[in-house]
Amino acid sequence: MIKFLLMVNKQGQTRLSKYYEQVELGKRAALEADVVRGCLARRKEECSFVEYKDYKLVYRQYAALFIVVGITENENELSIYELVHNFVEVLDKYFSRVSELDIMFNLDKVHIILDEMILNGHIVETNKNRILAPLLALDKMAES
Amino acid sequence: MREIMVRAMYCEMLGYDASFTYIHAIKLAQQGGVLEKRVGYLAVSLFLNEGHELLLLLVNTVLKDLQSTNLIEVCMALTVVAQVFPKDMIPAVLPLVEDKLSHPKEIIRRKAVLALYKFYLIAPNQVQHIHAKFCKALSDKDPGVMASSLHIYLQLIRSPDSYKDLTGSFVTILKQVLGGKLPVDFNYHSVPAPWLQIQLLRILSLLGKEDQSTSELMYEVLDESLRRAEMNHNITYAILYECVKAVYTIHPKAELLEKAARCIGNFVLSPKINLKYLGLKALTYVVQHDAKLALQHQMTIIECLDHSDFTIKRETLELLFRITNAQNVTVIVEKMLDFLRSCNDEHTIIHLIGKVAELAEKYPFNKPEFMNTLLPMKYNSWFIQTMNDVFSIGGDLLQQDDPNNFLRLLAEGSESKEEDDQLRLYAVESYLTVLKGHTSHLPQCFLQVMSWVLGEYAHLQESVDRREVIRLLTQLLDQRSVSSETRVWILSALTKIPEGQTDLILDLAESLSSSQDTVLRQQAQELRHLSQDSQLREFKPVAVVCVFSSQVDSSLSFLDGFVSEALAAGAAPYKPPHQRQEELCEDRALNLEPYSFSLPVSLSSCSITDRQSPTLLSVSSGLSGNSAELSQKAGSSTLILEGVKRVWGKDGYLPQKEATAPPVDEPSAAVQPASQQEAAERIEPRPEPSTQNQDKQQLASSLFVGLGVGSSVSLLGKSEAPPPRFRKKPRPHESSSSSGTSKRSSDSSSRSSRNTTDSFLYGSFPEEEPATSISTFDHTPKSTTANGLSQNKDTKEDRHANTSQILGGDMVIVRPSTIQDKHPPSVSSDLTALLPADLKDLPHSDVISLTSDPSLSLSSCRLFRDEALLLVIFISNCTETVIKDVAVQLTLKHKHQQMTLKNFFLLQVFEFMRLILMNSILSVTHRPLVVTTEEYGKLWLSLSHDVKQNLKLLTDAGDPLRTTLNALKDALQLHVVDIIGSEGIVACRLLSGAPCLLHCRVNGAALAMWLRSPHPALPDFILYHCQRALAHH
Repeated sequence: MIKFLLMVNKQGQTRLSKYYEQVELGKRAALEADVVRGCLARRKEECSFVEYKDYKLVYRQYAALFIVVGITENENELSIYELVHNFVEVLDKYFSRVSELDIMFNLDKVHIILDEMILNGHIVETNKNRILAPLLALDKMAES
Repeated sequence: MREIMVRAMYCEMLGYDASFTYIHAIKLAQQGGVLEKRVGYLAVSLFLNEGHELLLLLVNTVLKDLQSTNLIEVCMALTVVAQVFPKDMIPAVLPLVEDKLSHPKEIIRRKAVLALYKFYLIAPNQVQHIHAKFCKALSDKDPGVMASSLHIYLQLIRSPDSYKDLTGSFVTILKQVLGGKLPVDFNYHSVPAPWLQIQLLRILSLLGKEDQSTSELMYEVLDESLRRAEMNHNITYAILYECVKAVYTIHPKAELLEKAARCIGNFVLSPKINLKYLGLKALTYVVQHDAKLALQHQMTIIECLDHSDFTIKRETLELLFRITNAQNVTVIVEKMLDFLRSCNDEHTIIHLIGKVAELAEKYPFNKPEFMNTLLPMKYNSWFIQTMNDVFSIGGDLLQQDDPNNFLRLLAEGSESKEEDDQLRLYAVESYLTVLKGHTSHLPQCFLQVMSWVLGEYAHLQESVDRREVIRLLTQLLDQRSVSSETRVWILSALTKIPEGQTDLILDLAESLSSSQDTVLRQQAQELRHLSQDSQLREFKPVAVVCVFSSQVDSSLSFLDGFVSEALAAGAAPYKPPHQRQEELCEDRALNLEPYSFSLPVSLSSCSITDRQSPTLLSVSSGLSGNSAELSQKAGSSTLILEGVKRVWGKDGYLPQKEATAPPVDEPSAAVQPASQQEAAERIEPRPEPSTQNQDKQQLASSLFVGLGVGSSVSLLGKSEAPPPRFRKKPRPHESSSSSGTSKRSSDSSSRSSRNTTDSFLYGSFPEEEPATSISTFDHTPKSTTANGLSQNKDTKEDRHANTSQILGGDMVIVRPSTIQDKHPPSVSSDLTALLPADLKDLPHSDVISLTSDPSLSLSSCRLFRDEALLLVIFISNCTETVIKDVAVQLTLKHKHQQMTLKNFFLLQVFEFMRLILMNSILSVTHRPLVVTTEEYGKLWLSLSHDVKQNLKLLTDAGDPLRTTLNALKDALQLHVVDIIGSEGIVACRLLSGAPCLLHCRVNGAALAMWLRSPHPALPDFILYHCQRALAHH
């Protein structure tokens, strides 16, 4: 099960955070800082999975942006690793060459995309067209 | 407003409280346009958690949107319902959501299924009635809807029994996915719906677990899945991993297991670090089912252990933890402790230290025979030392359980008192040493453990003055860093030490009785009174009941007598509160039936049942009724008395010894605990053991020893196998005294010959005896009155009483009749002609001359019978004189009398290897097994332990396979069953009956040998000797 998903840049600034189980607001910042520190400290040739408390962290770096997913022990790390990539591919498709700024200024849309993909910590959709369909429909309605 | 809401989300994300915007988020969802509404819902799902009260305000909006004609609005409403929704309000939206299950649009159906899944998660009993609809969703024509229904099934199937009939459907779905029947846009990097596959594999493994018939349905699709996933992309590996897990979870099928094992090999050997990690994880999972797999990858595991990557290391340790057995536990624990010392992540430490403690506690007591016979002291010291490390590294991060378990282990001990005392003694000694050193850095919990142990068991150590102990303990009290809880522990330890230094104690008690801590103060007061009042001290119970092992008998079974008396006297039987309430409800005219499925009521009844705490029970059971009834779960009303452990008796607490026999690992039944020295002495049989790998290989052999027994490791030519204990007791035979004549037998020659005899017999008797020794062998020729032309040989074989029963039957004693013979023993070939007629036809070894002196010579020969090995001893006269009365005394000694059969067998195997190394003759151990090809085929399938290896093929003759097999047959007493084309099948069996089948195939210039046997060690053993035999050729 997925516990949380974070998008953090190299400076440690959170760009997006989504928790699938309740974490107190006050503790989130500390957790995020810990997580980022853990992932930043790792070298390229080391594996993309880190243990953190009860979670396993799966992280993937895209330029200066880290995407970190906290999962439980019984989850398949590699499939999550690829899910992250799938997520990025979807963002890429929607924003056409996504950048950190896109995510910063379209927080709501990124969240909407994420909601289509992951629900209650489970992967519910991975088909790119279907993930984007509701959002594209929204955009269309907003335009008209 | 939308922009502002997004900013509020940003604020929350950065950790600032934006609770003032929550209400606006709800308003936005209520009133805004489509995009605003979506952002409003999004904000709600981010801001509010399940129990938040503002959520109630959302219900109406959701209801309205669900009924909307705008698909997008319905979609949003369903999304938010699936994310956060108040539990109590589910009934309000449930019918609407259910309707959506038959909506024409797939996205709506999909979201409705997901919403129902959410409902199932938070309130399973409310969606019970729509299970049939889940089934419909599963068979939906849209793959997306089907995929989302899998989430529900994955949950439901955790109790799989009622869903077995769906196995076929899941298998079909997976087949279709694999076959590329899904639309192309479900592909990810041209792999069809990988996450869906993973989900399905998980479901299948849940279904097939411990269920052969269900598993059989899925073998085919799993096989296909393994085959399809050849493509080189991360995601296929993720699927493979899931597939391997499934294969090992369901009812095993040899073919699949083999394929899966090969997959794991690919993982582990992969240069990609992520795959390596996943391989280790798979291996960790798999070794629980088949520990032998770890052996194949031992070198990789060793490399991973030294890997620079923390995660990899950590996972490797996890793997090692799973393969721990009694022999490698010391090495593994040491590795773990090494890791812990270099690790500074608190969470990892807590996690791992618990495991170390678990291992340490699991193993010292589970092998009593090792404890008793071999190295009790070593185990004790290792155990205590390890626990010391655990306490000092883990320190106060340890969970309270660990020190408690440790103390309980010390206090309750095992069966033998002596052993326990030794352990305790060692603990006391080691703690005294620790306390004499620097103590300020020691963690509190370690200090507490030490003070408890010293208090309880310091009296066992007589050489140490009690004053010394008291001094050390009081020293601790003076330290600033010691917490007041620890002080209490120390004080109570001081209380327990009798006859202490009264004045010192008094001072101490005085100073502490004004302490701020009340508990401490009380202890101090008690201590003071105790030390002042010598009479009181005598009353002090000698055996202190272990505080840690006290168990609460929540059923209060000790009141049973009282209760039954009361019942007999006419008292009403006790009813637990919830039962009373139910009865009250029934009595009432108005009942709450219509509301019973809505939540508040069920909640309240729930909380009542939950209130069965022991304290409440003890009060109520004191009033009336049967106390045993209380122990049962709410609902059933039968008396359960059997399950109740009798912990309290009439006299109070009945101290109980829990059976301290943790589960004995199957593979742990080997002969010796591995220690590193031994590991170092082992010879690695690998072709070219390069020197820099030597260390690693040593480590490997010590880590993997005892795994699956039939490992290459255990075959490492155990040159340091249990030392044969030959006892040389030169006891002169009684007949020697009678001779006043020429004593021609020289003592020195017989002594020197004895060694060879010993080792010879030792080697040649492995079936019968783990250790055979001739304790006395004296021949005293007497010059006789020379009436007989014939020469008398009188062989006396004397077996000592301690020959065990198992072995008793195996030995055949041959009593040779009088043989007229004057040949010198050097012509040994002739000797075999002298064998008794019934033995002549048996295959036999060369006659070996054992010893000779001027008068007599001794030689021996081994005969191989189907069921036994015969040892024939020839004694010949070398002189011209006639010898009468030769007494031969054979003494057989047992080293291990209480050996279990299993150990015995293993021991034999090791002995055999020694023997083979010595004599390079294998034939003592096995016999050809004559079977037909069909029988062979059947037998082959029934055997479980297999080993494969490529061997050298003898190519000097026309038919290499036949030549090779014949060579093997001659050298190793095999039976060549059949040779078909380039394949040959060969069989042999052990004396004890275990068969071993060999399947050979010519593979280029090599011979691919595949061995199977019911006995795990046998294939390796035979393989090893095949290699040797071919190498010698």
